Amino acid sequence: MKSKPNLSMRGNTGAKQETAIEIRGLKKHYDGKVKAVDGISLEVYEGEVFAILGPNGAGKTTTISMLCGLIAPTAGSAKVAGLDVSKEPLKVRQAIGVVFQAPSVDDLLTGIENMELHALLYGMEQEGKKERIDFLLKLVELDDRKDSKIREYSGGMRKRLELVRGILHKPRILFLDEPTVGLDPQTRTHIWEYIRKLAKTENTTVVFSTHYLEEAEQFADRIAIIDHGRIVATGVPKALIESLEGDTVILRAKSVAAAKAVLEKSKQASNIKHLDDGKIQFTLKDSQLSLPVILNSIKGVDSIEIRPATLNDVFIKFTGRQIRQEEGEGGWAERAMNNR
Amino acid sequence: MGFLQGAYAIWYRELLVFFREKERVISAIVTPLLWIVAFGGGLGASISIEGMSYQQYIFPGIISMSVLFGSIFFGLYVIWDRKLDFLKEVLVAPVPRSAVFLGKMLGGMSDVFVQICALLAIGAALGFVTSLTGALLALFTAVVMSMCMVSLGLIIGSKMTSPEGFNLVMSFVMWPMFLTSGALFPIENLPSYLEIVVKINPMTYGVDLMRLALLGITNFGAATDLTILLVASAAFMFLGSKGFEQMQLS
Repeated sequence: MKSKPNLSMRGNTGAKQETAIEIRGLKKHYDGKVKAVDGISLEVYEGEVFAILGPNGAGKTTTISMLCGLIAPTAGSAKVAGLDVSKEPLKVRQAIGVVFQAPSVDDLLTGIENMELHALLYGMEQEGKKERIDFLLKLVELDDRKDSKIREYSGGMRKRLELVRGILHKPRILFLDEPTVGLDPQTRTHIWEYIRKLAKTENTTVVFSTHYLEEAEQFADRIAIIDHGRIVATGVPKALIESLEGDTVILRAKSVAAAKAVLEKSKQASNIKHLDDGKIQFTLKDSQLSLPVILNSIKGVDSIEIRPATLNDVFIKFTGRQIRQEEGEGGWAERAMNNR
Repeated sequence: MGFLQGAYAIWYRELLVFFREKERVISAIVTPLLWIVAFGGGLGASISIEGMSYQQYIFPGIISMSVLFGSIFFGLYVIWDRKLDFLKEVLVAPVPRSAVFLGKMLGGMSDVFVQICALLAIGAALGFVTSLTGALLALFTAVVMSMCMVSLGLIIGSKMTSPEGFNLVMSFVMWPMFLTSGALFPIENLPSYLEIVVKINPMTYGVDLMRLALLGITNFGAATDLTILLVASAAFMFLGSKGFEQMQLS
C-alpha cells in the first residue's frame, strides 16, 4: 500500500472518550414518502474530527440541519453536547457553531459587522470580544478587508469569514456542511489548513459533511459513509480501507463472462463489480502473488490497472456504486479508468 | 442569552441594512409624492372634499399608504433573507424565535418611521402639514400603524417560501386594504356591500386616526381607532411569533 502522510488532526488517544454527539434512529421523511434520512444512529466523540461522507442527496445536509435544530426530525433522537435537540434547542445552539454550504453572511454588511452581529446573537461578553474578532480575522488573513462589504469578497474569502464566525463564540462542536464545495482546489487546501488550525487551537469537535473522498480520508479521524439516508459503514478511514484486505484491480477482458467466472472461483478476489464501461473491478488479496495467477487464467486481458484501495472502493463495496464525482479532477478510480 | 439582546441584535442589523440600501429609501419616498402630486393634483383639480382641496384631503391617506406598503414590503423581505441564506445564521443562533420576530418588527417600524419623518417634512414644505402638534400626532399614529402592519407583513413573510407569491399578496392583501381604508375618499362613498370589509380592515382605523391627527376629521374617534389598532397589533404579533417559531429551512 502506498504510504500516506498522517494528516489527521489528532492521534488516537486510546483513552475513554466523552460523547459529543449521540444519534439514535434519526429519521426525516417528507410527505411520508421521500426518506431523506432513514434511521441513522452514531456517536461522535469529544475532540474528534468526524466526516459524514456520501454522494449528493444522501441526506448529509438534512442530518446536520436536524442536529442544529433547523429541521424537526420525523422520528428518533439526537443529543448534541449532552442536550436533546428537540427539547433544548436554544442550549444546543449556544453550544454549536455552524458553517453552511451556501454562504450565510450578510452581503450588505462588512466583515467586522458580520462578526459583531454574531457576537450579539450569541450573547458574547464585551470583554475580550474585540480582541477575539481581531485575532480570528487575522488568522484567516481577512484583517485588511474587515471593513469591506461582503459583496466585494470572493467566494473563498466569504468561506473564511464564515469559518471564523462559526467559531467566534467558542462552540464545543463545529458543524461544517460541505465546507469546500464550489471552491477551487487551492482555496480548498487553504480552508482545510484553517479548519485544522482552528480545531487544534480551540479544541473543538468538528463534524463535516463532504462528497470529496480525499477530504474525508485526509482530514477526518473517523467517518460515517452515508447513502440513501442510511449509514453503510463507520470507522477510521485507514481501517475501513484496510478492511478491504487488498488492492483494487480494474481490468478489461475480451470475455467478461469468462473473466468473471475465474474471479469468482479465486479465493483472493472479492467485491467483484461490473463497471459501466464494460470493465471489471475487484479487490485482490496479496496482489503481487495472486495477480499473475489470475491473469494466466483469464485468457485475453486487454488492459489492467492496479492501485491501493481507497475510500471509494469502500463505498463501492457497501453500495455497489461509486460516489459520483461532479468535478473534472475526479477521484482515484476515475483517473485510473481514463488512463488508457 | 437574553431575549432582549437577541431582539436588539436583529434590530441593529435591520437598521444597518436599511441605511445602506439607498434605493429602498428613495423609492419609499418618491412613490407617495407621485400619488400626492400626480394623482391628487390631477384628480383634485375638479374635486374638493369637506371644504378642502383633494390633495390636502388625501395627504393623511397617502401617509397611511406609505406606512402600509412600507410595512408589508418589509415583512415580505424575510423571503430575501431566506434567498440570501442569511436567515440561517439567525435561525441557528441561540435566540428565541419570538425575539427574532420582535427584532424584525422593530426594524420594520424604524424603517417606516424614517420614511414617514421625511414625508411629513416634505408635506410641511408643501403646506399639507400645518402644525407641529399635528405632525407629532401623525408620527405617533404611523408608529402604531406600522407595529400592526409590519407584524402582518412578517406573518405573510414567514409563510412564504419564494418571491413568486409576491403578486398575490399585492392583489389580495395590499391593494384591497389600501382601497377599502378610505385613504383616497370618504368611506361613505364606497358601496354598502363593502361595508363589512371596510369595518374589519385595520387600515381603516389607521387612516381615520391619521386624518384626525393632520386634518381634525374623524369617523370613529381616537379611542376606537387606537383600541382596534392595538388589538390587531397584539393579534398579529402573536401570530407572527408563532409563524417564526414554525419557520424551518426547506
